[in-house]
Amino acid sequence: MSVQLEHDYIGLSSEAASSMEGSERKTGGLNLNLKATELRLGLPGSESPERDNGVGVLKSLLVVSRAKRGFSDAIDGGSGKWGLSGNGGSDTELCKGGNLFSPRGVNGGGKGGGSECNNQNTGLGGPVLKDGVVPQSPKPLQEKKSQLSAPAAKAQVVGWPPIRSFRKNSMASHSPKSDDDAEGKSGSGCLYVKVSMDGAPYLRKVDLKTYGSYMDLSSALEKMFSCFTIGQCSSQGVPSRDGLNESRLMDLLHGSEYVLTYEDKDGDWMLVGDVPWEMFTESCKRLRIMKSSEAIGLAPRAMEKCKNRN
Amino acid sequence: MQQKKMMLGNSFPEEVLEHVFSFIICDKDRNSISTVCKSWYEIERWSRKKVFVGNCYAVSPRMLIQRFPEVRSVELKGKPHFADFNLVPEGWGGYVAPWIAAMATAYPWLEEIRLKRMVVTDDSLELISRSFKNFKVLVLSSCEGFSTEGLAAIASNCRNLRELDLRESEVEELSGNWLSHFPDNYTSLVSLNIACLVSEVSFSALERLVGRCPNLRTLRLNRPVPLDRLANLLSRAPRLVELGTGAYTSDLRPDVFSNLSGAFSGCKELKGLSGFWDVAPGYLSAVYPICSRLTTLNLSYATLIPSSDLIKLVSQCQNLQKLWVLDYIEDMGLEALAASCKDLRELRVFPSDPYGVEPNVSLTEQGLVSVSEGCPKLQSVLYFCRQMTNDALRTIARNRPNMTRFRLCIIEPRKPDYLTLQPLDVGFGAIVEHCKDLRRLSLSGLLTDRVFDYIGSYAKKLEMLSVAFAGDSDLGLHHVLSGCENLRKLEIRDCPFSDKALLANAEKLETMRSLWMSSCSVSFGACKQLGQKMPRLNVEVIDERGPPDSRPESCPVEKLYIYRTVAGPRVDMPGFVWTMDGDSALSPDWSGSKVGKGIQRIKSSIATHFTLG
Repeated sequence: MSVQLEHDYIGLSSEAASSMEGSERKTGGLNLNLKATELRLGLPGSESPERDNGVGVLKSLLVVSRAKRGFSDAIDGGSGKWGLSGNGGSDTELCKGGNLFSPRGVNGGGKGGGSECNNQNTGLGGPVLKDGVVPQSPKPLQEKKSQLSAPAAKAQVVGWPPIRSFRKNSMASHSPKSDDDAEGKSGSGCLYVKVSMDGAPYLRKVDLKTYGSYMDLSSALEKMFSCFTIGQCSSQGVPSRDGLNESRLMDLLHGSEYVLTYEDKDGDWMLVGDVPWEMFTESCKRLRIMKSSEAIGLAPRAMEKCKNRN
Repeated sequence: MQQKKMMLGNSFPEEVLEHVFSFIICDKDRNSISTVCKSWYEIERWSRKKVFVGNCYAVSPRMLIQRFPEVRSVELKGKPHFADFNLVPEGWGGYVAPWIAAMATAYPWLEEIRLKRMVVTDDSLELISRSFKNFKVLVLSSCEGFSTEGLAAIASNCRNLRELDLRESEVEELSGNWLSHFPDNYTSLVSLNIACLVSEVSFSALERLVGRCPNLRTLRLNRPVPLDRLANLLSRAPRLVELGTGAYTSDLRPDVFSNLSGAFSGCKELKGLSGFWDVAPGYLSAVYPICSRLTTLNLSYATLIPSSDLIKLVSQCQNLQKLWVLDYIEDMGLEALAASCKDLRELRVFPSDPYGVEPNVSLTEQGLVSVSEGCPKLQSVLYFCRQMTNDALRTIARNRPNMTRFRLCIIEPRKPDYLTLQPLDVGFGAIVEHCKDLRRLSLSGLLTDRVFDYIGSYAKKLEMLSVAFAGDSDLGLHHVLSGCENLRKLEIRDCPFSDKALLANAEKLETMRSLWMSSCSVSFGACKQLGQKMPRLNVEVIDERGPPDSRPESCPVEKLYIYRTVAGPRVDMPGFVWTMDGDSALSPDWSGSKVGKGIQRIKSSIATHFTLG
């Protein structure tokens, strides 16, 4: 049985057989229904509606679970569910709702009628399509080169290029002799800080450079540490999959059980959210998700320091 | 006739066999010996002095100790390689504590411990320092979890220590005084590598230590050691073979320069240099007098040296075998390298501006082609660049059929041949076709399933393959798993590989050390199936979105780490790792009931702020 391979790039079907002679030997009796597993790449405007090169570029590179309504309220708004200070605001347009544990496709959509879970790497194809997608046909498809220009700020993929942390950190603390970009972002790579949470058995690490705002950071942290809070839930009995988890976590958050704090360059512990995002990333040395009860003594000092700064 | 009978192996007395075996050091060979017959197995296991465990979860400490009771040297590796690039979440595992605890009682004569990518605590370091009276070598490569307190314990108690190497580990630096814990009558240091320490260590303690250790051959300093103290330090260690400098200051002072120049020349056996953080070009010439002796040069942190100075330097290093450098060397510098350094075996070119959108230096595929043409012994390459062509790869392959390690990183994912816009399949195909002894390969650029077909067909000696943003379908993965007979480690990220190839090649996985797949399309259901089908594999699903059974079975898992093991599923998994075992996903239990005391202590020392929940 021969293996049919179709790669549907940009609506073309390529001459699959010619470039795959070798493979037929290999697969032999192995009937891989490859169409079912193929990754479809296509330029925006072609058949891949889930691709969106716009706003979602940064988020598309993280495995995203949408922040819940109440939580997003906290980030954008004034009341400190995570202890963020700031003015009261409206609900964020990025709040998509939905269960924390059923991840949507990277841009909130999904394949029409498909399963809940999208192929995770669809989003990663986004930023790099500017070079054009090249199918297996030998003819170069220059005419199909992307009409888009490259994204202005290149969103960073985790762990790429593959450079060890030690090297990254060594280089980061010394500015390279090349000129900086207009955005001032080149050469700064990454900024890993440790995140601890009261009651959790181990630390996590986050790269502050992959987030553009407090909101991004908070939703990532929530996703990262929710397995601890959910762990607390399940010890109390068998929760039903969707309902109990959601409401229990909401309880924890709305109950203002935790605040998000950070240690700055001077060694002081501050509430996250006081200062503009860029200033925060420059001065943050580590993060701590603290129980609110412990943070009470924190606030006055933080306020004072804020006053001194301004 | 009678003579022939006497030739049989089992008529040799044990002592003779043991003596013969003592000449066989390579693990692979010793493993082979042990399978010949029962008595050879026994003799071998009692005489094995050195053990390498490539995956600390493949076997348990107890098993190791039971089989090899007389071990003097242990090497363990923990986390998967991609942990280096932050793809393995913190807390995944790799704890050395249970090993140290077991060996402390079982191997009182242990002399050497080498660890890579493991979590090491101060408690463990202290236990090491007190348990092994003849302890000589401690190498902690890319480890974490310990502080300078642990180092102080090693310094205080290990009277026979020869080697302390912290390469690229993450150390919590509470104080710089740990060096002073080496007693005044301690003189046996041969090798010290503290280059990873960010804070100052007590310089006077360092000076005194160096001064009283006549056998010191390797000294790798950390960044804060100032330039003007370096000459003094070197004068106390005239027999140094390898030196890693600290940081340089940018203003060129003539007295410092001449002292340094003299000091370098005074080290008559100096063959290897590294460090050079922030070296100003002017100081680099202090090295010129000794260039012709150098066999190893690591300038990959020397961010201030432009191409012209690099060219001047490498042109004088005719005996250079290993060069690590930044891409400031550019194509021109690599041409000079190719012209001057005919003994070059290994080249690594790192990016000075990896996150910049536009290239900041003139380093292209041409540089690598030049070196492949000019350096007949070149066998190991790590090359970061921004463009590549199939032609260049073909040329490199034809020039260097003796290549054994080839790692190419084209910085932008999925970038095609920039001249033809074709995928780089045929280029890499040429590499595997011509370089018949290739053991390690890392791919990048635009690649289809075709490149994997080539790899499966030709790369018969390949042991480690790293793949990112490549391939079109399961066929790609299938080619590799079914074709690469010697494959031991396969690590994959962001490729459209899913269930079919994995399940079809399940048995293959038992012949390998490990398989890592992240941001691919392997479903939870397939993971469960694999776990059920292959009881001697640990199929670990790493997923920070929560329990995989809270999502549909067809949902792809975030990360997957599969490794063969005779120790069964591990018990120290964090909340985001599940081992697939038949129908159920074994979940970790943090209530503490399953977790041993040693691990509890690890948790508390890592999580210094916490109260355990």
